Amino acid sequence: MAKMNMVQAINSAQDVMLEKDNSVVIFGEDVGYFGGVFNCTEGLQKKHGLQRVFDTPIAEGGIIAMAIGMGVNEMRPVAEIQFSDYIYPAFDQILSEASRLRYRSGGEYWAPITVRTPCGGGIRGGQTHSQSPEGIFTHVSGIKTIMPSNPYDAKGLLISAIEDNDPVVFFEPKRLYNGPFYGDPKDPPQAWEKHELGEVPEGHYTIPIGKANTVRKGTQMTIVTYGTMVHVSTAAADLSGYDVEVIDLRTLIPMDLEHIVESVTRTGRCLVVHEATKTGGFGAEILSQIQEECFWALEAPIERVAGWDLPYPHAFEWEYFPGKARVLDAIKHVMEG
Amino acid sequence: MVPHSAKNLNVPAPRHRPGEKPEFDDLDISNAGALPRPHVMSDPKELFPFANGIIRVLNMKGQAHGEWDPKLDPEVLRQGLRDMLTTRIYDDRMQNMQRVGKMSFYMKSRGEEAVAVAQAMALDKDDMLFPSYRQQGLLISRGRDLLDMMNHCLSNAGDNCKGRQLPIMYTWKEGNFFSISGNLGTQFCQAVGWAVASSYKGEDAIASTWIGEGTTATADFHHGMTFAAVYDAPVLLNVVNNQWAISSFQGFAGGEKATFASRGIGYGMPGLRVDGNDFLAVYAVTKWAAERARNGGGPTLIELFTYRADAHSTSDDPTKYRPEDEARVWPLGDPVERLKGHLIEIGEWSEERHTQAMAEITSLVTQKYKQAEALGTLNTGERPPVSSMFEDVFEEMPDNLRRQRQQLGV
Repeated sequence: MAKMNMVQAINSAQDVMLEKDNSVVIFGEDVGYFGGVFNCTEGLQKKHGLQRVFDTPIAEGGIIAMAIGMGVNEMRPVAEIQFSDYIYPAFDQILSEASRLRYRSGGEYWAPITVRTPCGGGIRGGQTHSQSPEGIFTHVSGIKTIMPSNPYDAKGLLISAIEDNDPVVFFEPKRLYNGPFYGDPKDPPQAWEKHELGEVPEGHYTIPIGKANTVRKGTQMTIVTYGTMVHVSTAAADLSGYDVEVIDLRTLIPMDLEHIVESVTRTGRCLVVHEATKTGGFGAEILSQIQEECFWALEAPIERVAGWDLPYPHAFEWEYFPGKARVLDAIKHVMEG
Repeated sequence: MVPHSAKNLNVPAPRHRPGEKPEFDDLDISNAGALPRPHVMSDPKELFPFANGIIRVLNMKGQAHGEWDPKLDPEVLRQGLRDMLTTRIYDDRMQNMQRVGKMSFYMKSRGEEAVAVAQAMALDKDDMLFPSYRQQGLLISRGRDLLDMMNHCLSNAGDNCKGRQLPIMYTWKEGNFFSISGNLGTQFCQAVGWAVASSYKGEDAIASTWIGEGTTATADFHHGMTFAAVYDAPVLLNVVNNQWAISSFQGFAGGEKATFASRGIGYGMPGLRVDGNDFLAVYAVTKWAAERARNGGGPTLIELFTYRADAHSTSDDPTKYRPEDEARVWPLGDPVERLKGHLIEIGEWSEERHTQAMAEITSLVTQKYKQAEALGTLNTGERPPVSSMFEDVFEEMPDNLRRQRQQLGV
């Protein structure tokens, strides 16, 4: 075991897979010599060579198209999209091609690609470096969508994603790269080395895709969340005075509905929390499925805390970001009506 | 309101519209044999004349001229002619079957048969094909059973795409033929990725991809060009310039400003423009580019200058946007007639043999179609099992799809 932050854990996952499997290659804008703008590929080109970890033209659509072609030709490419805000030029390749290939070809062709991309706000990135577009991808049949919340999960899930034979979009909440974030920018920065999930095995291990994780046990209500909001929700739960269970989805698609239903059936109350904008967000899907499965066990309406339905506003980051106070209010509202 | 006093706004218009007499006299067409054949590893800078001229071997009298003549064995030429005829007769039959409601949609390749057939013959069987939607000749040349192609178009129980794709969006892994997408251009840079992987693995196989001239306007085209150039990908990037993108003529892709082949110049790769209705020239140019790619020379952009002689698909009527007889007066003729003429000219074919070959192929197509229809059509007979529609979304079926399948009761 070693102390790793999320950047190091993601780097380590790629390092392990480059070592283990010659069909793995890593590419993207600035990922080669420079090691990526967030250092997630630092040192990998030097260690594994120019032809296995390399830079690409600034063309996200081309990056994903190349990955698909390589995937069809027996390789396991890992493509980095520098910010998830830049993923849209690649959307057609992800939606119309990667996600449809196995289906439309009657199972003759597929492309086992992993698309890594930093997402989320809280870093003063303005609207082009802060978005959480996961809900656009969860709506697409044929791609798996993952968003880890800590170094241990990030490495295990990324290895699973690379080894998976389906296309995976792997969102990395960049606010969590260096430490957990509990939703208050005035708090001193936290480091992963003091967190138990900053203990990461150095070698190969996997965390199964499609399995949620209960990060805080509780009996009175369930918060279903993922990414940065796992930590914000846990902090709010700690302050609430209620016995709140917090579930970290880890994988959005396929969603671990069974895990959620078991919890909500037991607690009878539920709050869904995500950073992405509210309307049409993935929270709406979670809520809807819980309602279908748990209606008769519910003691209060399910609520959502999410980003406001706005582009991410630079100067109003902390009014926009669904912080601890908003989650705490929602917990109280669900509990007290 | 804004003032409307347009000064320098150019909205391109084609040479002729319905009711007008089509003429192509001023089209700048090189003579057969006029252009030399450069060394396959030539510096792209020396190849500019090939992007602006038209590489031709066969003149309109069926005689072969010049350095590009691949000097193919007559048996190879007869095979090429037979495959082009098969493509044409297959197309006609399928279009007719669409017209009588046996399938939802069809797209013919009339006038462009030499593009697919000659290129397939010039490539190796291991080379990977990333086609667009009008290269069914690739399948026919590589020996796919017509019955399998028909089963796909009819979406019946024999469809290897399991009834999920529109007719003509073929997939054939065994023949190294990629899955056709209805989204134009998306396969262009994927072919580059496939070729890069081939380089990475140290293999000899190359990729070849096709895009229409209209689709060169997409970002995908430029992605493919950039990535292929940057990584020296062993790939043939073919632009089939058939003059028309549904009702938009090639001017809307910028074809009046520069040739499509000349797009290669800015990327530092050879751009070769070839008479797409000249079987020998298409074959020779494809061989040249394939040899270059296999020798580490990287990608070549090939513009296949041709004419779409029929409608875009069964959903449009070309007489609404171009003169009815434009195809007939196309100065580069018809690819089947030209190869036939050449074979007769060199004494290796005759009208009688041609008539006989057509009859044989027509009979084969009819027989295959009867077998396919007996299995099922979109509306009758056997379809793939309904439960199969929930398969292959992922490698393993997730719970939500299992539940939805149960909900449908299949």
